[in-house]
Amino acid sequence: MEKLRYERPIIQKMNTGLMNKFGTRTEYEPVTHIESVPVKSLIKEYGSPLFVISEKQIRRNYQNATRIFKTRYPKVQFAWSYKTNYMNAVCQVFHQEGSWAEVVSGFEYNKALGNGVPGSKIIFNGPDKTDEQLIAAARNNSLIHIDHFDELYSLIKLSEENNLKPRVAIRVNMDTGIYPKWDRFGFNFENGQAWNAITRIINSENLDLVGLHCHIGTFMLSPAAYAVAATKLCELTWSIKEKFNKTIQYIDLGGGFPSTNTLKGAYLPGSDTVPSIDQFADAITDVILGYGFKHDDLPLLILETGRALIDDAGFLLGTVLASKRLSDGRRATILDFGVNSLFTAFWYDHKVSPAQAFGQHTEEMVLYGPLCMNIDIVRESITMPLLEKGNHLVVHKVGAYNMTQWMQFITLRPNILMIDKENNTHVIRKAETLEYLELNEQVPEHLKHNPLK
Amino acid sequence: MKLKKNIATSAEGFIFNPGTGDSFSTNPIGAEILSLLKEEKTIAEIIDVISAKYDVDQSQFEKDLDDFKSQLEDSNILD
Repeated sequence: MEKLRYERPIIQKMNTGLMNKFGTRTEYEPVTHIESVPVKSLIKEYGSPLFVISEKQIRRNYQNATRIFKTRYPKVQFAWSYKTNYMNAVCQVFHQEGSWAEVVSGFEYNKALGNGVPGSKIIFNGPDKTDEQLIAAARNNSLIHIDHFDELYSLIKLSEENNLKPRVAIRVNMDTGIYPKWDRFGFNFENGQAWNAITRIINSENLDLVGLHCHIGTFMLSPAAYAVAATKLCELTWSIKEKFNKTIQYIDLGGGFPSTNTLKGAYLPGSDTVPSIDQFADAITDVILGYGFKHDDLPLLILETGRALIDDAGFLLGTVLASKRLSDGRRATILDFGVNSLFTAFWYDHKVSPAQAFGQHTEEMVLYGPLCMNIDIVRESITMPLLEKGNHLVVHKVGAYNMTQWMQFITLRPNILMIDKENNTHVIRKAETLEYLELNEQVPEHLKHNPLK
Repeated sequence: MKLKKNIATSAEGFIFNPGTGDSFSTNPIGAEILSLLKEEKTIAEIIDVISAKYDVDQSQFEKDLDDFKSQLEDSNILD
């Protein structure tokens, strides 16, 4: 006789009282495939944990965002934010779709060049650019976004010494009505610092002011803040034309559009509360189109959107290592990935789905990672089916920041796989090994002898 | 492991403790274990019955039964 499907026995107290319409949702629906490829076979072939990126989803996201902006405004250019995910395969998908590169360090700059991005299509942001990097960027005709007066004066000096005329923009920070105000980057609009920097650049014979840049924050939930930012950049653009008869070629509104992840502490899930890209596009383009520029003077609109274009293209597959009960009776499930791989677990209540079918019973549990550290919590409270050792899970929307901010801590970083348009699988970053990790380590001669041998 | 005498259980997995007024629900395997407990089966007998009927390793079930026992203790329905 065939045996019946087993499920671990549980008993749960039934609580009476008012229904809570904001009660936690049960993640019950199994996700057995990623883009038609079975999770089980992916883990069998490439190990667990495993990051999986859907090329199709990246392209869908990019094409959707460009359509939304280009149907509202005539001149739009996206620049892929390298820090969001700088796996070369991911960057190349964006570049194939037409995206420029937006980088914030010398190593990211070189990565973009290595990916074949022409220097003139690289935007160099950030407060940390060495003299050598500034000279290289100027020689490559890149767009250098100046962050502070020290950098501005360095660049003027370097340009004079090396007979260069780099194309530059300034990063402008401003009050857009949101908190916290990101005033640590760039020049302030309200106190006149931005205008002083503009004047200094225009009076310099060695810098060519071609754009204005701002990046008002991250995971922004208010399209109205972008309207304020666009208004202030338009005001500067207009004043530059009026005072100096100089046409600013582009306005770069940076990144910051949210993905549909749920921020920790949020009352409702991100999928219900996050504004759509259409709403951001409306807010931005209405301001620029309505500002009064002549059609030929309309600036190119650059967007450095990262998270919103990649987050839902990334999945993390993992396995249950153990199931136990805490001293207060709560269920604790220990997974083979933790905050070292899934860095964004610090910010989000990630959606986690079982990767196989279960019975109808569920229980509330804590999802812990495998690290021997108390901070290693993937979800503080989630209602899931009765998980057991060896079961697989899928974490959703992990494409942004995890593959760049992950930590090599206690465990080695896993394989990253890309599923292409035809559902073929490609390892785009091999799992780390001890040899890889120790490649740059050096042990002094006198410490090489181990008496315990 | 013995259920308190006054605990009411149903085959569908509904449990009622008239002493405290608490109600509980359990899954089908839980209900089956409770009914075996009502018949005063020993732990060894319960392990034999369940592992013969369900697709589970005996050692896995022993571990889960131990966990279930502590849940029953927490629920205050064991003698």
